[in-house]
Amino acid sequence: MQSVQDVETHSWDAGKAALPAWSLPKDAVDLIALPTEWPEQVTREWALEGASGKGVRVCILDSGVDPSHPSVGGLDSAVAISIDDNDEIVAVEDTEGDVSGHGTACAGIVRRLAPEASISSVRVLGASFTGSGNVLLGGLRYAIEQDFDVINMSLSTTKKPFASVLHELADSAYFKRTVLVASAHNMPVESYPWRFSSVISVGSHEEPDPLAFFYNPSPPVEFFGRGVNVEVPWLGGRTLSVSGNSFATPHITSICALVLSKHPELTPFQLKSVLYLTANNVGGGR
Amino acid sequence: MTEQPDLRAAVAAGVVGSEESFRALLSAIVEVARSIFGAKASSILLLDEETEELVFEAVVGEGEDTLLGTRFPAGTGIAGWVLATRTPLVIEDVQNDPRFASDVAEDTGYVPKGLMAAPLLHEDGALGVLSVLDRPEQSLFSLQEMELLGLFANQAAIAVDLLLKAREAERLLGAAGGDAEVVARLATAVNALEDEQREAGFKLLDHLARTLGN
Repeated sequence: MQSVQDVETHSWDAGKAALPAWSLPKDAVDLIALPTEWPEQVTREWALEGASGKGVRVCILDSGVDPSHPSVGGLDSAVAISIDDNDEIVAVEDTEGDVSGHGTACAGIVRRLAPEASISSVRVLGASFTGSGNVLLGGLRYAIEQDFDVINMSLSTTKKPFASVLHELADSAYFKRTVLVASAHNMPVESYPWRFSSVISVGSHEEPDPLAFFYNPSPPVEFFGRGVNVEVPWLGGRTLSVSGNSFATPHITSICALVLSKHPELTPFQLKSVLYLTANNVGGGR
Repeated sequence: MTEQPDLRAAVAAGVVGSEESFRALLSAIVEVARSIFGAKASSILLLDEETEELVFEAVVGEGEDTLLGTRFPAGTGIAGWVLATRTPLVIEDVQNDPRFASDVAEDTGYVPKGLMAAPLLHEDGALGVLSVLDRPEQSLFSLQEMELLGLFANQAAIAVDLLLKAREAERLLGAAGGDAEVVARLATAVNALEDEQREAGFKLLDHLARTLGN
């Protein structure tokens, strides 16, 4: 059993280079030299061609994942988040798998598009309906602590009291190089964390190409991924056709994993810029 | 003397409408949803927060004779995911999903091949789930249908909210006993009056209120 610690302590990691806080002296410019040789034009080919997701750790924050489904192909780790008798958030090894099928579907999409990515499951659903918002927050906090490269969050909460904590967590992830890919709501309601600018928010398009994605010049939804009539693994070894923004999200997660496997040095800000530059309606169509 | 909130609830119970009328509204919503989508069945599941179960409050089409009032745990299954995440979901060919079967089909022998489900959102909570089962097989799902499903779910959420308020008013009325029941009957009676009689009824109540010190 593992206690989940306050992740806010990580939010200063970005400043761990030997620099005075939040400033750049003249003789320190070399310290922040970027490792990447940027091409004259950032293209889809430069961004992800030949990438497999190798070396990238993806977390599916959802209903659990059935690791035995052939389209999932195993997990690196699986934990279930719950609240104990003392109201402490705890993460224990998940032996139950998937309580709805949805997490398995998301994992299957990532496995198909980024076959060599490491996939882990953090289950935040099914333990108890009451307090599910706290479990969601605890699960996200835990996932950020684990230093995953990409966290797929195909869910949101409509509870306003959770918004400020989610906002802090999203920013914390952003600054410690964990990309949070969050599903936009399918209905016109306020929900979180997808509305925060530190995450990559995802809505659906209807194109059949799984690697097609579009930049939205009218946020808060920033990108559209494939989210309609998508074949996915489900419980009991089944394969289903599903629709919804929650399935568009793992498509963008996978694209992030591909880019990061080829360019692991990218920060979330740089990655989002690469997504913008290579989106089908920006530079990716050329 | 009975506490004031109970008397107000009694007035509410007397005038806002009965549980039956809101149930009829829910039935009408699922009937229209089924018809618009050309589906075989549609239902509204309501969350019982005390027992953490989902309860069938309205069913039309397959299962309408047997499912009403049926309960199952709210934390699992497809409806459970939709409720917990407040997110709509569309699935085709769920025939052999054991968890799905336990949601809907065990008692009826009816096993749907497809399901659209959307949460019933009200303020910042989720009251339940609207489901539409078995759209025509030949039609691929589109984003327009997702939007339509969301519109129906919003309408259903408003109806469910009214139903829950009516139930709460009835519950308070029952708990308050005879005093509140008299107030409810009075409210119902005045509400049923027409034209001049109604006007006279309100004048009488106004005098009564002044006499009682308000």
